[in-house]
Amino acid sequence: MTTEHNRILDAKIPDGPLEGKWTKRKFDVKLVNPSNRRKYDIIVVGTGLAGAGSAAALGELGYNVKAFTYNDSSRRAHSIAAQGGINATKNYPNDNDSVFRLFYDTVKGGDYRSREANVYRLAEVSDAIIDQTVAQGAPYGREYGGMLDNRSFGGAQVSRTFYARGQTGQQLLLTAYQALARQVGLGTVELFTRTEMVELVMKDGRAVGIVTRDLVTGAIESHSAHAVVLATGGYSNAYFLSTNAMNCNGTAVWRAHRKGALFANPSFTQIHPTCIPASDEHQSKLTLMSESLRNDGRIWVSKTPNDDRAANDIPEDERDYYLERQYPAFGNLVPRDVASRAAMRMVEDDKGVGPLKNGVYLDFADAISRLGRRVIEDRYGNLFEMYERITDENPYEVPMRIYPAPHYTMGGLWVDYNLETTIPGLFASGEANFSDHGANRLGASALMQGVADGYFVLPATISGYLANWLNVDPVPTDDEAFADAEQSVRDQIERLLSTNGTHSVDYFHRRLGKIMIAKCGMSRDREGLEWALEEIPKIKAEFWSDVKVLGTNESLNQSLERAGRVADFFELAELMVRDALQREESCGGHYRVEHQTEDGEAKRDDDNFAYVSAWEWRGEDSPPTLHKEELEFEYVALTQRSYK
Amino acid sequence: MMDITLRVWRQAGPDVEGGFETYEAKDISPEASFFEMLDEVNESLNDEGVEPIAFDSDCREGICGTCGVMVDGHPHGPQSATASCQLHMRKFSDGDTITIEPWRAVAFPVLRDLIVDRQPFDEIIQAGGFISANIGAAPDSNIILVPQPAAESSMDAASCIGCAACVAACPNSAANLFTGAKIAHLNLLPQGSPERYLRTVAMVETMESFFGSCRNYGECETACPKSISIDVIAWMNRDYVAAQWKNLRKQGQQ
Repeated sequence: MTTEHNRILDAKIPDGPLEGKWTKRKFDVKLVNPSNRRKYDIIVVGTGLAGAGSAAALGELGYNVKAFTYNDSSRRAHSIAAQGGINATKNYPNDNDSVFRLFYDTVKGGDYRSREANVYRLAEVSDAIIDQTVAQGAPYGREYGGMLDNRSFGGAQVSRTFYARGQTGQQLLLTAYQALARQVGLGTVELFTRTEMVELVMKDGRAVGIVTRDLVTGAIESHSAHAVVLATGGYSNAYFLSTNAMNCNGTAVWRAHRKGALFANPSFTQIHPTCIPASDEHQSKLTLMSESLRNDGRIWVSKTPNDDRAANDIPEDERDYYLERQYPAFGNLVPRDVASRAAMRMVEDDKGVGPLKNGVYLDFADAISRLGRRVIEDRYGNLFEMYERITDENPYEVPMRIYPAPHYTMGGLWVDYNLETTIPGLFASGEANFSDHGANRLGASALMQGVADGYFVLPATISGYLANWLNVDPVPTDDEAFADAEQSVRDQIERLLSTNGTHSVDYFHRRLGKIMIAKCGMSRDREGLEWALEEIPKIKAEFWSDVKVLGTNESLNQSLERAGRVADFFELAELMVRDALQREESCGGHYRVEHQTEDGEAKRDDDNFAYVSAWEWRGEDSPPTLHKEELEFEYVALTQRSYK
Repeated sequence: MMDITLRVWRQAGPDVEGGFETYEAKDISPEASFFEMLDEVNESLNDEGVEPIAFDSDCREGICGTCGVMVDGHPHGPQSATASCQLHMRKFSDGDTITIEPWRAVAFPVLRDLIVDRQPFDEIIQAGGFISANIGAAPDSNIILVPQPAAESSMDAASCIGCAACVAACPNSAANLFTGAKIAHLNLLPQGSPERYLRTVAMVETMESFFGSCRNYGECETACPKSISIDVIAWMNRDYVAAQWKNLRKQGQQ
C-alpha cells in the first residue's frame, strides 16, 4: 500500500557542537549586501505571527516584499487567539532555567521526534524574542517593581512563560502587525488583503511565484518573485470542529505539496486538553480555554460512574483528581497529549460531566479560597468571562467543564535547517512547517516558534538562496508557467460552480471531520485507520459530484472560498490517515492503541521509527511515496517520557 | 428550541442598492451562538438555491475582531462587552424578530451583505500606530522598567480588537475610541515615549481624513466589546494639544 523510497533528505544542519550551530550557520550562509537587497522580490503568504514577522523583518532588511492575507487586515490571523503565553529562558524567577533546559524540555515534550538542532536554536533565540517584543510595545504582565513576571506551563518544572493577561497571542500578533504596518507605510512591503493564494507557480524545478484570488472581485492574478515564503498556519480544520478560526485552511501548503514539496509527519496533530465541550450538533467550532488555567485549576471527575449530582454536591472524598493521582510530580501540569488522553479515558469510563457527559471538571475553588477571588480575577478574568458567555455558567461558583479538541498541527511542510522546503526557493515558517515540536507541542511554544521563525531565523537564512540569483529578474508573470497555473485555478473554480449538486460545502466538511476525529484523533488503531482510508475518497468523490456552490466567481462568494479549501482538506486528511497507519508506534499526540505501555502511556519504537516521515505526492491516483529523515539524538538520551 | 424571524440586509456588491430580506430560522437551539444560527440559515438558503448571507467571522472567540454586525440597532447585539461571535441565542426568545445590518459609516463601504471594508483602520495604524524598533535592535527587556500600573493601563487599551463597533455606534461615525486606544497603548509605555507626539499627530490627522468628529456622546464605550474606556480619547486629545505647543523640531521629533 505504501511505496517507500529513501531519498536522502539533507537537513543541512551545521557541523560542530550544538551550542555553536546557529552562530556557524549565520556565518557560513551567503549574504546579500544591503544595496543589493532592493533588487529582490519576496512573496510572503499569510500574515500571522510568522508571516507578518517575516514580512516586516525582510522589509526592514531592504528587500521588496509582497505580503498576502485572506483576512481583511493583517491583524486578524489566528495567532491572535493564543492565550496563555510565550516561553523564554530568561530565568528571571531564579529557578534553574537555561537554554539547555528549554531545549531539553521541548525535545522530551515532543516525545523525541523533533530535530535537536532546530529545537536548540529555538531555545537560543527565545530571549531575543522577549526583548524585541517588549521594545515593540507588548504590554506583558509585570511585577510591582516594573520587571517582567512569569507563570508556569505544562511539561516544565520552571516558570518561564511570559504573558499579557490571557491575550498573549493578541499582543504579540499586534506587535508584528504594527511592525508590518510600519513597513507598509515606508513602502518596503506591499500588502494584499482579502487575497488568497490558490496555486504555487514553478519553473525549472523552483518556486517562482503564486496565483491568487481576490476575495472581493474574484480576480485571478499572478505574482512573481525570487522566493516564496509560506506562513499559512496549521490544518486542524481538517477535523471540522477544532479550536482554529473558521477560515484556517491547508490550501497553500497542500498546493505546494502537490507541486513537489514533501509533507512531514502529517498525523502529528495536537488535541488540546482544555477546551469547552461541544454543546450540540450545529456547533461551528470549539473554544480553547488557556492551558495557563491548569496553574490554579484542579482537574477532577466523580469516582462514581454516571454520577448525576451537581459538581458542588459531590463531597471531596468522592472526587477523583486523576491527574494528581496518576502523575504526582507534574500533577495538573502534565503535557497536553497526556492530559487529553486521561480526560478521554474518564469520559470513556462513563465519568464524563455536563449535560452531554462529554467533559471533566476544572475547579478553581481551592485556588479561590487560598488566594482570594481577586487574584484569580486578575490572572484569568477575561477567560472566566468568555467561559460564562459561552456556557452561561459562572466558573467562580461552579467548576468549568473542559474536554480535549483538535488544536495545533505539529506536522507540516518538510523544511531543512534553513526553513527551505524540498522545492528550491520555497520556504515555510511557523506552524506551516514541521520542524520544532516533534510529536507534541508544549504550551507557550507556538508563539515562540512563530516569532523565532519570522523575526530571526528566516530573515537570516533566506539570503543563502537569494544570493544565487543576484541580477536575475524574477520570471515575468506573462510566462507560460503562470498562464498554466492560472488556467488550472480557473478550471477548478468552474468545476465547483457548475457541479450544482444537492449539499452545501459544510455538509461534506462536517462528514470528513467526524471520520477524522473518530479514527485519526486522540487514539488511533489499524482497523479504524484502514476504514477511514476507504471512506475519505468516497466522500471526496461525492463532494465533487454533489456539492452545491451558488453564485459566481466574479463576486464575494464565501461558499466558493470554502469549497476550494475543503477540496484540499480531503486529500490532506487522507495523507494524515496514511501517515498514522504507517507509523506503528505511539509517540506524543500520535497514540496507536496497539502500542501502549502497561499503564497506558504512549510506547515509542525508537529502533524502527526515530525518523521524520516525509511524504511525496505522486498524483491523485497513486499512493504517495515515503521518504525518511533519520533523527539523531546526540544531546538528549531517548527515554520513556515520565511525568509521574 | 426557538423559532426566529430574521430581517437581514442583502446587498450584492459595493455599487448596487441593498435592502432587507426576511428569513425564518426554525428549531434553533438556545445553546447555539448567533453565528451558528446564521450558519444554519445559510445552509437552508443554499439548499433552496438562494445565495447564503455573506458575513465576516473568523476566530469566533471574540478576539480577532473580524466579525461585527448591527443586531436590532446595537453594534454586536444586545449583550454588553460581547462581540457578535460570542453572542448566544439564549439571549433571545422564541418568536423574536431580529434585524441584522452591516456597520453603517461612510468610511466603511459595504462589500457584500453584512461585510464592510475597514481599510481606513489599517491606514491609521500605518501612520504611526507602532514603535519604530527594528528587529534585532532591542535592549534586554528588563533594562527599561515599566511601572506595573502603566503596563496594566497600556494593556487595557491594547485589548482593542479593531472591530469598528465604536464607529458604527457613533452618530458622527468617529473613530476616536479606536485611535485613542492605540495611542494610549503605546504612549503609556516608556518604550513608546520617543515617538509620542509625532505618533499622536500623524494618527489623529489620518483618522480625521476618513472619519467624523467626536462629540463625547460615549456610545462607542457602550458598544465596545472590550469595554475600552473613553479615557483614551481624553488622553489622545491631551497629547494632540500638547503636540501643537511643544516645539516638535526641538524635541527631535520632526
